[in-house]
Amino acid sequence: MTSNWITTRAWLLMLPLLVVMIAVIGWPLVDTIRLSFTDAKLVGTQGSFVGLDNYVKVISGSGFQRSLVTTFWFAVLSVSAEMVIGVLAALLLNQKFYGRSVLRALMILPWALPTVVNATLWRLIYNPEYGALNALLVQVGMLDSYRSWLGEPGTALASLILADCWKNFPLVALIALAALQAVPRDITAASMVDGAGVWSRFRFVTLPYLAGPLVVALVLRTIEAFKVFDIIWVMTRGGPANSTRTLSILVYQEAFSFQRAGSGASLALIVTLLVTVLAVAYTALIRKTAGTS
Amino acid sequence: MERRSLTAAIFVHIAALLLAIIILAPVVWLFIMSISSTPDLIAKPLHWWPETVDLSRYGVLLSSAANSAGEAFVASLFNSLKVAGMATVAAIAVAIPSAWAVSRTPSVGWSLYAVIATYMLPPVALAVPLYMALAWFGLLNNVFGLALVYLTILAPFTTWLLKSGFDSIPREIESAAVMDGARLDQILRLITLPLAAPVVATAALFAFLLAWDEFFYALLFTSDQRAKTLTVAIADLAGGRVSDYGLIATAGVLAALPPLLIGLFMQRALISGLTSGGVKG
Repeated sequence: MTSNWITTRAWLLMLPLLVVMIAVIGWPLVDTIRLSFTDAKLVGTQGSFVGLDNYVKVISGSGFQRSLVTTFWFAVLSVSAEMVIGVLAALLLNQKFYGRSVLRALMILPWALPTVVNATLWRLIYNPEYGALNALLVQVGMLDSYRSWLGEPGTALASLILADCWKNFPLVALIALAALQAVPRDITAASMVDGAGVWSRFRFVTLPYLAGPLVVALVLRTIEAFKVFDIIWVMTRGGPANSTRTLSILVYQEAFSFQRAGSGASLALIVTLLVTVLAVAYTALIRKTAGTS
Repeated sequence: MERRSLTAAIFVHIAALLLAIIILAPVVWLFIMSISSTPDLIAKPLHWWPETVDLSRYGVLLSSAANSAGEAFVASLFNSLKVAGMATVAAIAVAIPSAWAVSRTPSVGWSLYAVIATYMLPPVALAVPLYMALAWFGLLNNVFGLALVYLTILAPFTTWLLKSGFDSIPREIESAAVMDGARLDQILRLITLPLAAPVVATAALFAFLLAWDEFFYALLFTSDQRAKTLTVAIADLAGGRVSDYGLIATAGVLAALPPLLIGLFMQRALISGLTSGGVKG
């Protein structure tokens, strides 16, 4: 078989996938770009060409700027907390203790719980009148009276981040644990004989093994957090007073609640651009860590 | 494991206990809410264990009497099964030949990166044209339409997982069959796929879980019992005027049960998939 035929055959085998991807991803993406230059409505009018109007309006609008900041804080705080708690949990799960295999198995539970069920569960826990969090904090004396955790702009985002963290830190822990198990025992033992302390052992022996998988987890979690929709929609719908309205919620409202397909599309593309920049920057970071460790 | 002092051992056990409580408490509380009677749930101070165990809500949600809460719930359960099932089968069907082609043909390897890149696209970037197209074809509020849209997520993802699976199967086995005059479809069907069966099963499981979990497209593209999936039904319950918190919790328990069981029993396969790719948010 010639290499030419092998390449042609490969494309033929990929044809079904390519057709599907062009139909449900390629074409919609191109059409979103087209729409972003029009004043089309979701139903009815096709709209006419308006140039960069949508982009100018969207970027200069206070709604977008505020959503960008909210999304930034949500992503940075939830992802960094997940990474730190995840690594600590993995270090713990790598120690010897009674019931270790059971606890390792349980770590899959928050990951497997559907996102919407997780959001619903935490919404019930945060309930201002009957929620378990209020009951617990009041019963142990840490809180005087019941609070509306999701109903006050000051606590809503933090409450969302906690719920997101609980669901996602076990995934980081499982990834980190798998990496820890790959650290050769004799290296750890040798470093102890050489008199390395706990911190320097972690920094110079363990961390190099963790770095690669953790950076991948960091990339994927950050991109997911930037796109966040489900958990926020179910718990607060972007409220109160738009204090938890992340970019995806803003796009949803613009394109579907207000049916402004044109400006919704331009907003969606700005979000896409931001995620792409993140992804590219991270890919460079991964190459760098792969080169050093 | 190195020698450890008693204090260190005690510290590790306390930390492990704390981690176990953090992981278990919310899940256990969801279950307790689902079996607590309403007076127990709204009592102050709150009853952490119900005085009267009330299992009736499971009966309510799983009954199919006309116009009941159960009828809507059971319908959404079946819609979720249909949509996730169809999308998974379709995704695996298009992913197998392309993943194999990418795995065996280095010259087209770059196309895999294009496939992975689409996985990072936010759904909002595709939602408006998809909505208009589904409306045009009359596929809004339709399980086939939603399953088709789910391919945007499942097709790239399964291709990626299957490609790394095929990579681990030695090409020499296939070359030997080529020498014996086997055709490509015979090689795939009789040699490669049986060897790759565990990987295909893992990919299918992940795909099913992703589709079961999906909310954004389902919220946009479905509107009533004909196509509404479980995630949308639960969000409706949670966001609506339903005052029976136990009923909301029960719906959550029922929707979480299949993925939780899959998670616990297929642990090994899932974790090897997770740690090789680090997937799903």
